[in-house]
Amino acid sequence: MSETSGPTGGPGDRRPGAAGPTDPSRRNALKGLGATLGAAAFVTAISPLRNLARTTSPEELMQKHYKELDSEEKRAILRRLEEETKLEYGAEARIRDHAAIPGTKFAYAINLSLCNGNGKCVEACHKENNHDRATNQSYIRVLEMPIGTMDMGRGNTTYDHDVPAKGKFYMPVQCQQCDEPPCTDVCPVQATWKEDDGIVVVDYNWCIGCRYCEAACPYHARRFNWRKPEVPAEEVNPEQGLLSNRIRPQGVVEKCHFCLHRTREGRLPACLEACSTGARVFGNILDPESEIRWILENKRVFVLKEELGTKPSFFYFFDK
Amino acid sequence: MNRELSAPGQGRHWLSYPKFLVRSLAVATDGPFAFYAWMTVLTAVALVGANAWANQVTQGMITTGMTDHVSWGLYIANFTFMVGVAAGGVMMVIPAYLYHDETMHDVVILGELLAISAIIMCLLFVTVDLGRPDRFWHLIPGVGKFNFPVSMLTWDVIVLNVYLLLNLHVCGYLLYMKFLGQAPSPRWYVPFVLLSIVWAISIHTVTAFLYCGLGGRPLWNSALLAPRFLASAFVSGPAFIILTMLALRKFAGLSLPSGPIRTLVRIIRIVILINLLMLVSEIFTEFYAGGAHTASARYLFLGLHGFHGLVPWMWTAVCANLLAAFLFLHHSVLRSSLVLVAACVFAFVGIWIEKGMGLIIPGFIPSALHEIVEYSPSLIEWKVSAGIWAFGLMVFTIALKIALPVLAGRTEDLLPAASGPAQETGRVGS
Repeated sequence: MSETSGPTGGPGDRRPGAAGPTDPSRRNALKGLGATLGAAAFVTAISPLRNLARTTSPEELMQKHYKELDSEEKRAILRRLEEETKLEYGAEARIRDHAAIPGTKFAYAINLSLCNGNGKCVEACHKENNHDRATNQSYIRVLEMPIGTMDMGRGNTTYDHDVPAKGKFYMPVQCQQCDEPPCTDVCPVQATWKEDDGIVVVDYNWCIGCRYCEAACPYHARRFNWRKPEVPAEEVNPEQGLLSNRIRPQGVVEKCHFCLHRTREGRLPACLEACSTGARVFGNILDPESEIRWILENKRVFVLKEELGTKPSFFYFFDK
Repeated sequence: MNRELSAPGQGRHWLSYPKFLVRSLAVATDGPFAFYAWMTVLTAVALVGANAWANQVTQGMITTGMTDHVSWGLYIANFTFMVGVAAGGVMMVIPAYLYHDETMHDVVILGELLAISAIIMCLLFVTVDLGRPDRFWHLIPGVGKFNFPVSMLTWDVIVLNVYLLLNLHVCGYLLYMKFLGQAPSPRWYVPFVLLSIVWAISIHTVTAFLYCGLGGRPLWNSALLAPRFLASAFVSGPAFIILTMLALRKFAGLSLPSGPIRTLVRIIRIVILINLLMLVSEIFTEFYAGGAHTASARYLFLGLHGFHGLVPWMWTAVCANLLAAFLFLHHSVLRSSLVLVAACVFAFVGIWIEKGMGLIIPGFIPSALHEIVEYSPSLIEWKVSAGIWAFGLMVFTIALKIALPVLAGRTEDLLPAASGPAQETGRVGS
């Protein structure tokens, strides 16, 4: 550097207060010292990242997109995630990858005449899906609405009194598993997509955490892991799915997945099993004998925010 | 490049280009005490920001004020605003290259350098907003899984990076030619400059499409959003450039011509009124018809159900914009640099609020289920944002230092050492 910067190096600073050394080589030495100090300070400033580097394995860092994994790679990932659950949460989990069943299109319906807002579904979701205990996270929010309006602006999600309250009805809202999901369109890295059975899933190892999908969702269905979820070992639900309820990493988005680790094995979603009113109906609409099919054919069902064109697979109806 | 490579006397770019870079680094890091003090302060703030970001990544974004209800905050607000500043530089390029304004041509590099610094800040603001910055590579086309063309965010990644490259190329090429002591060949930069004009419009249009394409957010879902973005950008960008030119006159002793400042003031005079007109139009549409989709605008301007966290911010912005418009239209703005500085500062701050927090936050309030959860940035968010601003100013300062010899008409300073007289060069840095 000294050959090229020689003449400009020094003699400019003849103003009072200009403390620069006049000898070019000394000035360059000082510049070098400054740059070294700056670099050292920068390394110190970002040193908290070392903690993160310790807990992030190279396999996790380099993991491919879910759809590009072969069965061998998937097996290795499932074992790794089970080990991590053991290590970080002290729980023995059985994590599996559940594929969509051909000829299945799941749909959900809620009978708003029966729902009494007891919140059992919210709680069941919280436990089933290994949600963070500290923030009491759940994929379901229940709106308490005054009878006589469908304006959500008049609803209340934080009610805390005996239910059902007089003059109110209750409307649980979770992911509507839209056929035209705005959330998957906006994802810049295809970390979320709609599966063949209608369930919108997230690859928790591919999501970059930009939260564009949270902004795009008109139903407030998505949740972000603002911190590493805290679940006591004895409360961890050990039956886990790769794309569903396995404990999520910090900094990624998650959402309701219709309990695919249960429903793809012929069981019912946890929120439905927990419901004591019988308001919830779940099933395969491609099956003409299913209860959900009967509801859609015989009840006057509606969907939320139909005008947005999202085509939900989640229906509501009143029957009295 | 082939023709130039074979031209006599300068065929060894692989030798002279590194020399040019070293030379630029030397020029950029030389200066009086005040320069080192300024850079030290900026470095310190940037380091505080880097440390805050490292803590945020490690502990999780629970350290920010954001929630599932208001899932974007100060970072995306600043990002949106800085895209505008980057695009605003084009208001120098258009007079210089399309209208052949010669005095503007002499200083047009200022706008391009501002664009470079602003885009770097934009990229940083997006990066610090990511929950998993370690997975950044998923966004790289061909390496990750780039959801193009469906996701508008991928469009934004493309237009911002290409705009950065365009401006780096134009500035780098012109300065390198000065270094070689040759006249720049128009075919190596004029097409890129013309492309950058279209591209400047595209970066802010695409950024507006990020928001207005969301059907579930009534405040953003407006066809007027992209034009409003552009109008505000063509005020905030030129306002910052005027401030820079005034600062260069005062602190770097440059005798810059007044012509470019007059041209920029004339542009701002018109555009600031267009911006206000569109604001009025938006407000009228929201409030006259009323209805549920007005809730966000109501929260922003009047408060909603007892929540009014943004109301003071927004009225500050409206007042600042009105005041700026008044000052810019007043004849004294071209006579008194004090009035000019005040007008530029009011415009810049007003738009920073309007196109920042005033646009992003109310999009989430009330939420999709009409819940009202308010947002205010945490200390970590302020630190990280201040750090990025400081870093952006560092980049801009260094870029200006390299370009100063060109702006001062003393291009010999960029030439290899032997040809620059020492006394002359002294003034460049001071």
